[in-house]
Amino acid sequence: MENLNTLILDGKEVVINNEKNVLELARANGITIPTFCYHSELSVYGACRLCLVDIEGKGITTSCSTKAEPGMVIKTNTAEIRKMRKMTLELLLANHDMSCPTCKRSANCKLQDLARQMGITEIRFKKTHKPKPIDTSSESLVRDPNKCILCGDCVRACREIQSIGAIDFAHRGANVEVLPSLGHGLGKVECVNCGQCAAVCPVGALYPKSHIDQTWDKISDKTKTVVVQVAPAVRVALGEQFGMEPGQVSTGQMVAALKTMGFDQVYDTSFAADLTVIEEANEFIKRKLAGEKLPQFTSCCPGWVKFAELYYPDLLDNLSSCKSPQQMFGSLAKELLPEKLGVKKEDLVVISIMPCTAKKAEANREEFKKDNIKDVDYVLTTQELATMIQQSGLEFNELQPESFDMPFGFKTGAGVIFGTTGGVTEAVLRYAGEKIANIRPEDIDFKIIRSNQQLREAEYTLGDVKISLAVVHGLRNTRAIAKDIQNGTCKYDLIEVMACPGGCIGGAGQPINNEPDARKKRTKGLYNVDKMLQLHTAQDNHIVSEIYDKELGEPNSPKAHELLHTHYHSQPRLVDSDVALTEITRKDAVKVQVCVGTNCFVKGSQDLLKKLIHYVEENNLTGLVDVSATFCLKKCGQGPNVAVDNEIISGCDFQIICDKIESKINITS
Amino acid sequence: MTEQATTPEMQNFGKVCEIMAKYEHRPEKLITILQEVQAEYRYLPKSILAFVAMGLKLSPAEVYGVATFYAHFTLEPQGKFVIKLCDGTACHVKQSIPILEAIRERLKLSETKPTTDDMLFTVETVSCLGACGLAPVMLINEDVHGQVTPQQAIELIEEIITDEANGAKND
Repeated sequence: MENLNTLILDGKEVVINNEKNVLELARANGITIPTFCYHSELSVYGACRLCLVDIEGKGITTSCSTKAEPGMVIKTNTAEIRKMRKMTLELLLANHDMSCPTCKRSANCKLQDLARQMGITEIRFKKTHKPKPIDTSSESLVRDPNKCILCGDCVRACREIQSIGAIDFAHRGANVEVLPSLGHGLGKVECVNCGQCAAVCPVGALYPKSHIDQTWDKISDKTKTVVVQVAPAVRVALGEQFGMEPGQVSTGQMVAALKTMGFDQVYDTSFAADLTVIEEANEFIKRKLAGEKLPQFTSCCPGWVKFAELYYPDLLDNLSSCKSPQQMFGSLAKELLPEKLGVKKEDLVVISIMPCTAKKAEANREEFKKDNIKDVDYVLTTQELATMIQQSGLEFNELQPESFDMPFGFKTGAGVIFGTTGGVTEAVLRYAGEKIANIRPEDIDFKIIRSNQQLREAEYTLGDVKISLAVVHGLRNTRAIAKDIQNGTCKYDLIEVMACPGGCIGGAGQPINNEPDARKKRTKGLYNVDKMLQLHTAQDNHIVSEIYDKELGEPNSPKAHELLHTHYHSQPRLVDSDVALTEITRKDAVKVQVCVGTNCFVKGSQDLLKKLIHYVEENNLTGLVDVSATFCLKKCGQGPNVAVDNEIISGCDFQIICDKIESKINITS
Repeated sequence: MTEQATTPEMQNFGKVCEIMAKYEHRPEKLITILQEVQAEYRYLPKSILAFVAMGLKLSPAEVYGVATFYAHFTLEPQGKFVIKLCDGTACHVKQSIPILEAIRERLKLSETKPTTDDMLFTVETVSCLGACGLAPVMLINEDVHGQVTPQQAIELIEEIITDEANGAKND
């Protein structure tokens, strides 16, 4: 029978198979239509106008926003379309900072690729580019507006994948720019540093902040001993920068490269992940049996941790207090290695290689410094490591494989699968199964956890303990769960959250790869590494056991808490954004800050503010009392919050503040 | 300057809360809310934009995007008298630019400095006021002045300056 579900594409009859749009249909049939703004995981935007096709009866239209219909006659490559595409590119280039050889994305830039593919050799338009300042305020990312082509991919990634919207279009017409909230620097707004904006940026307008120079400096400093830890997800992606397939495991060459480059010891973050499993699983078992602080959220993803601190300060007690593997490693290294390696603590440098941009910010957190020495000194991304290997002139593919150094290079498969969504949960279950009910991992079915849905739910019965859990990736998916917890209807005990799609293997520090299956292949690579290792459960890591015997005592011991656990605190969504509400005329004025952040707002803080202002005016306290509205006093669970001379009063009412003010004024006057 | 009980932000702050409450904190009412807020402040202070974003559960970046998109909104404090000189095609042909130059010279303003230091005047151009028959057209706050010459424009400004000086004396 004749198939009626067909159309004519560039003169050939092709079958429509549920493709989302004409652009996808063309791709499925071996025709690549150029585009900047189409990403299969983001909403259709239709702004870049490169994916134009000619459809009989419809005229020239964008293929990304047109559904394929039977009977259509589509041409993707006509003289007119080529002319339009060229024009669009020329106009973009006329307004572009064309310092290509020194651009971060040189040789990996869609604008550069398309200009070449479309055969553009000259730009007929006058250069209109005026230099704008580069935003380096973020600890993780650099924003270079001079490179931006306004495709909006970053804006949609932030809004749609992470539900944050830290950046958006501002201004109009020729003045349009992608800007962080209120035109502040990226470091001053509600950015969680996940870098998904940079991962989708087709050009060099957003990119990870480099720590390459600092790392080389430390390596060449003869007084320093430089150790490096490599996160699990790096080994299945690094090879992509050297022509390998995504997911191809290049651990051996990577270690060889690091040693040749001059790192003194090469260790594995998976080792610390094994330790994390034991700490986090014990914490979970304790909470589960006691029925308190449930559900427990994982805390290894710094993007998620900051997200929780920004939006759900009332849920911070639900986060596992475990540090992330990166920070556990740093803390242990600075504690134990000086003696083991015979160096002074201040001469030991810990470098991490991470698939992640948020790890850069995590390493800078105050909690992760001891006596003013950072646990992790610098964080390189997978991309940066590849650059350093190239700088060293090493033929990566020719390197003779080498192995990680002992003791912190020893790991089990449990620590390796941390690098993918679901991995932490699986590793915890592998441990908890044996601990609670003597079930070995072979006897647990991890199929649901290993699938790739954005939200997976599963139930496990370990002996007489029933565990209900959820695994999510992409922060947007945490919002509904958080709401359920706040409403008391959440049914889960354990929730794993990874900010990036696919987990760490999809982190923004990984090589930019537009292949749709790249993440799937990297995940498969990690599970293969797990399979190839002899040990698969954290409790079988004898080095970890040794550390418990010699240093920590038992899981969750006071010493373990000191080294391996941390605490969280609510963070304001905008930095430096207090609204001064009364004129300050005296330096010693009583400072009253009323929180009008979301939580306190709901609990009536605006009413409180109004009354306070009235009170100040009525009682002639102008100049003596300085009232301001602030956006977060970090005690959101107990609002409304008011700070009087920096002393935070939770669950405040008008009378309490008045009494407080009066007592202060009596003292000062 | 007379001593004020509160900063300009606060004088209208309660009003911002009322405006948001009036529209039930509905995010789709953002533009209406911003219009009313601007009517209170004569501009949109950044901190108030952040406050509105919180109140409507929108990202501050999105609110900022809307506020900077529309020419009607301004994020800079405006003078007491906002002079909008039309520079649409009809007005341009009828010599609007010499008027603009004359006003800017009188008030010591430029394209990058649109507001006088005493906060009395803000001078800007708009693309069309829809009164092309009266070209060149000038708007001082809500008052329309048609077929203006540079000289008339200056006279209008002098008049305001004198009135304001007298007004201040009489207070």
